[in-house]
Amino acid sequence: MTFWSDPDGFLSNWLIHLLAGIGIPAGIAQAIGYALGAAILATGALFFVLFLIWLERKLIGRVQDRLGPNRLGPWGIFQPVADMLKIFTKEYITPSGADRVPYNLAPILTVAAVLMVWAVIPLAITVYGVDLNVGLLYIIAVGSLGEMGILMAGWGSNNKYAMLGAFRAAAQLISYEVPMVLSLLIPVMLSGSLNMNRIVMNQDIWYVMVAPLAAFIFFLTSIAEVGRAPFDLTEAESELVAGFNTEYSGLKFGMFYVADFLHSFTISILVTVIFLGGWRGPGAESSPLLGFIYLTIKASLVNFIIIIERASLPRFRIDQMMDFTWKVLTPVMLILLVLTALLEKTLPLVGVPAWGRSAILFVLNIALLFATDSIVRAHLARRPRPDVRGKERPVARPENFFSQPGSGA
Amino acid sequence: MLSNWLYIGIFMLVSFFLPAAAITIAGLLAPKKPNAIKNSTYECGMETVGKSWIQFKAQYYVFALVFLVFDVETVFLFPWAVAYNQMTLFGVLEAIVFILILLGGLIYAWRKGALEWH
Repeated sequence: MTFWSDPDGFLSNWLIHLLAGIGIPAGIAQAIGYALGAAILATGALFFVLFLIWLERKLIGRVQDRLGPNRLGPWGIFQPVADMLKIFTKEYITPSGADRVPYNLAPILTVAAVLMVWAVIPLAITVYGVDLNVGLLYIIAVGSLGEMGILMAGWGSNNKYAMLGAFRAAAQLISYEVPMVLSLLIPVMLSGSLNMNRIVMNQDIWYVMVAPLAAFIFFLTSIAEVGRAPFDLTEAESELVAGFNTEYSGLKFGMFYVADFLHSFTISILVTVIFLGGWRGPGAESSPLLGFIYLTIKASLVNFIIIIERASLPRFRIDQMMDFTWKVLTPVMLILLVLTALLEKTLPLVGVPAWGRSAILFVLNIALLFATDSIVRAHLARRPRPDVRGKERPVARPENFFSQPGSGA
Repeated sequence: MLSNWLYIGIFMLVSFFLPAAAITIAGLLAPKKPNAIKNSTYECGMETVGKSWIQFKAQYYVFALVFLVFDVETVFLFPWAVAYNQMTLFGVLEAIVFILILLGGLIYAWRKGALEWH
């Protein structure tokens, strides 16, 4: 075992031997090793957010025909560092009457819920936090902790806008969790495992080629889970001031910001690991470094799509959003699940080879996608459009602008 | 196996500790000059009327209930999906009947108007 073939095991062995040398028993040494590994992984993820914030501001700037941050350092890359230093010195303003415990716990819980996902993500063939046999279930369980954070923030703030924003966010997040979890069943079915590294290993054909519709639905619902445009109703400025984080200031607000950016990269990595083959690529089995580079490239591409899509799409309306998940995504996902389960079981019985099954499933997914699209389009075209022009509406004229009816003013 | 969960436990502690530490450090660095106006609830700059912890629409509960049905369903479906490769066609068909019953439940909730956002 050398450093280049198994950096994770190499370093932990080295650390355990080092600690044993100064008389610490192996069990405690391993716990210390775990703590160090967890701290390095989590801190690395948090500092990576600085780069993500810069990248997103720069890209959205270019989309909107601006330069984006360009003052500090080359291409403005130190702008988020300066922002972070500034936000560290900002006062915390706690609204009077706030429920202190949920108010203060909410930003911590929101960041922690995103960070915890990183414990089971395989970054390369031997580089992962832990090889948990129920990794995917763990990700689903931990991922929904963020909703608790949002509800606590809204409740604790003692502000009606924050409260409304939190309720709306909770309704949206739990609704989008249903098709997301259903779409995760398909890779589990195909790989026969909940272990994240096993799911990557079994992707001789990337699952996006076997189940493109499931991948697409997972991608969409993950974006909704993050609360990003076009699903950013949780912080619709024109309706709810700023949503659940209205009353937060200083680094407590900054934590929600960090959680948002980190979550968007986390879902890019999840899409990559579950559907795009994770660290797999030519030569990745023997060299973890190469696998890590492949994973980063794929995840960056997914993240790039998320950013561009945020810059280019308008926001949904809340009723459209709820209709979209309950009346489109969930039934489609259930139908796809039934058909996939049936085909994967019956096709081997009639002697269709593995590549043939993949091709049939691919065609089925694409057909279902287009069928759904045409049904939704036909439905939208049939729906009557309300005519708002003909209605009598109160107009702000000089004579009725300040006066109330019956006030005598 | 147990050490895997030890790692998860340590990782959870670390991921709670890091943001908590950052917030505490920033609280030590930042100025603290509260006053009544500054601490008042911000509602679009207007005076707050009444309590904030008000009654809200029952519709949120309806969505939560429908969500609960599907969440419990997926809890049952994940073990099935893991065992899918070793399963006979009969087992798969039974799970499909289960999914179709739930699809019926979704259609029922839909027809009842539980999925309309008012």
